[in-house]
Amino acid sequence: MIAGTYAPKPGAAPLPRMIAAQAALETKMLLRNGEQLLLTVVIPTLLLVLFSAVDIVSVPTKTAGGEGKAVDFLTPGILALAVMSTAFTGQAIATGFERRYGVLKRLGASPLPRWGLMAAKTLSVLVTEVLQIALLTAIAFALGWSPHGNPLAVLLLLVLGTAAFSGLGLLMAGTLKAEATLAAANLVFLLLLVGGGVIVPLDKFPGGVEAALGLLPISALSDGLRDVLQDGASMPWGDLGILAVWAVLGLGAAARFFRWE
Amino acid sequence: MGNESVVQAVGLVKRYGTKTAVDGLDLEVRAGAVTAVLGPNGAGKTTTIETCEGYRRPDAGEIRVLGLDPVRQAAALRPRIGVMLQSGGVYSGARADEMLRHVAKLHAHPLDVDALIERLGLDSCGRTTYRRLSGGQQQRLALAMAVVGRPELVFLDEPTAGLDPQARRATWSLVRDLRRDGVSVILTTHHMDEAEELADDVAIIDAGKVIARGTPEELCRGGAENTLRFTGRPGLDVASLLKALPPDSAAAELTPGAYRVSGTVDPQLLATVTSWCAQHGVMPDRISVERHTLEDVFLELTGKELRG
Ligand SMILES: Nc1ncnc2c1ncn2[C@@H]1O[C@H](COP(=O)(O)OP(=O)(O)OP(=O)(O)O)[C@@H](O)[C@H]1O
Ligand SMILES: [Mg+2]
Repeated sequence: MIAGTYAPKPGAAPLPRMIAAQAALETKMLLRNGEQLLLTVVIPTLLLVLFSAVDIVSVPTKTAGGEGKAVDFLTPGILALAVMSTAFTGQAIATGFERRYGVLKRLGASPLPRWGLMAAKTLSVLVTEVLQIALLTAIAFALGWSPHGNPLAVLLLLVLGTAAFSGLGLLMAGTLKAEATLAAANLVFLLLLVGGGVIVPLDKFPGGVEAALGLLPISALSDGLRDVLQDGASMPWGDLGILAVWAVLGLGAAARFFRWE
Repeated sequence: MGNESVVQAVGLVKRYGTKTAVDGLDLEVRAGAVTAVLGPNGAGKTTTIETCEGYRRPDAGEIRVLGLDPVRQAAALRPRIGVMLQSGGVYSGARADEMLRHVAKLHAHPLDVDALIERLGLDSCGRTTYRRLSGGQQQRLALAMAVVGRPELVFLDEPTAGLDPQARRATWSLVRDLRRDGVSVILTTHHMDEAEELADDVAIIDAGKVIARGTPEELCRGGAENTLRFTGRPGLDVASLLKALPPDSAAAELTPGAYRVSGTVDPQLLATVTSWCAQHGVMPDRISVERHTLEDVFLELTGKELRG
């Protein structure tokens, strides 16, 4: 080794470059992980195809443009599920294990600030969601989906939904043990899949239960998306409000209680 | 360099609940030197190092690292230090080269990653992900991650734990090159030979306090007594030999013809013994000097019982 090779020359890389590198690595780790792909890609795709093709649960098919198909009811729900699988379940499990294996701790000693790490995680979640939504809408169109409504409202719902689910996922990952997070995140995914208006319309539940379930972030997101995409609503304020409350509570609690080690 | 210090800790205290892990510790670390922190399991080495790295806020006392407060001025400090944790720190699904390249990207002027990979033998990891790497490969990756950003000060918490002899030597050689190029290194180890081999300075910590400081030579010289042995005719006049020696010495015939002198064994003592032998017509066969190793000193200072 030539003398001087290790001569100190410290310095942080420019912030945008650090965040981009971190987001790229996080996304790569996610796409490389089989269980994560099952959760974020395989399950939503299978549910969309299966429930559109086979009339397992009878769903309202009337759309803003007249009589539609099952896929018109299902696609908004599956998009909500995709957001939940990435922002909540996937992020909670991945972050829980990063915390457990000292990854968060080690990155904490790097030049990347903690908020930069969180920004990178958010970016990685958004990139993954874009890929999921591209795939799922392509499949939905192939199944004869005809969406309506205001694209801006859809975007707003997706962003607020992502914020709400990220807050809850990070809260879980930053406070529970990794194994507990793994179990709980999967359980919650399953329960909300059934009870959150994703594939089963909420009005199949008894009145009181239906009202309570309607306040869940997954119900607000799937219901809001359905109001716009199926029924052509312009701005589903109620659902946006519910998501905003969850986002504030979840992100606030995560910021307060998250433990890095 | 030389007389400035990279770490200054005064009266450092760190508690975990009711357990006091670091208990009024004072430590000053010279710039440009390799400093080894030794101590039994649970002595507080990792806690001390992690306090320097800004992970733990001290419950009492003052700490400055490169002149900065490691917690309040963390943003300024982090790019200037390199950190190797006692374990972990890598995505379980990441490959060695991928993780190292990533850490390099977080720095403005990183080392040549390929050269570092080759030097530490990480090319043998191939496409294997971190969770399936051998313990030694994981250690070497963590070491590479600590130096890749070209820091001024490197903290290595047990860098050679679980390494084979070749990898240990590769680590030593890297540490020596870091020092040659002006990087200050603070490392912990349970291998006393490693501290003797590598360190300019040693600090021995026990129960959260520094109980001994100095160069390895200073520590071995002080503390425990050293001994000199030789064989000669049985029945030599030990009392006469003792009279010739300095007052703090002892001499005895252990078995017929086997003699032991203990005390401060230095060149004067050796000369005294050989000239006494010359006067008495004794050929001191197999004369040998046993200097204490750092391990003897360590055991003497920290006791022989097992620690939690
Ligand atoms: N996060 C923690 N919570 C509670 N106690 C802790 C924590 N970390 C360390 N301790 C305790 O503090 C004491 C010092 O631990 P530390 O890890 O600093 O020791 P060490 O000298 O590095 O030991 P080793 O040689 O085994 O690595 C130990 O008694 C340990 O059990
Ligand atoms: Mg330790």
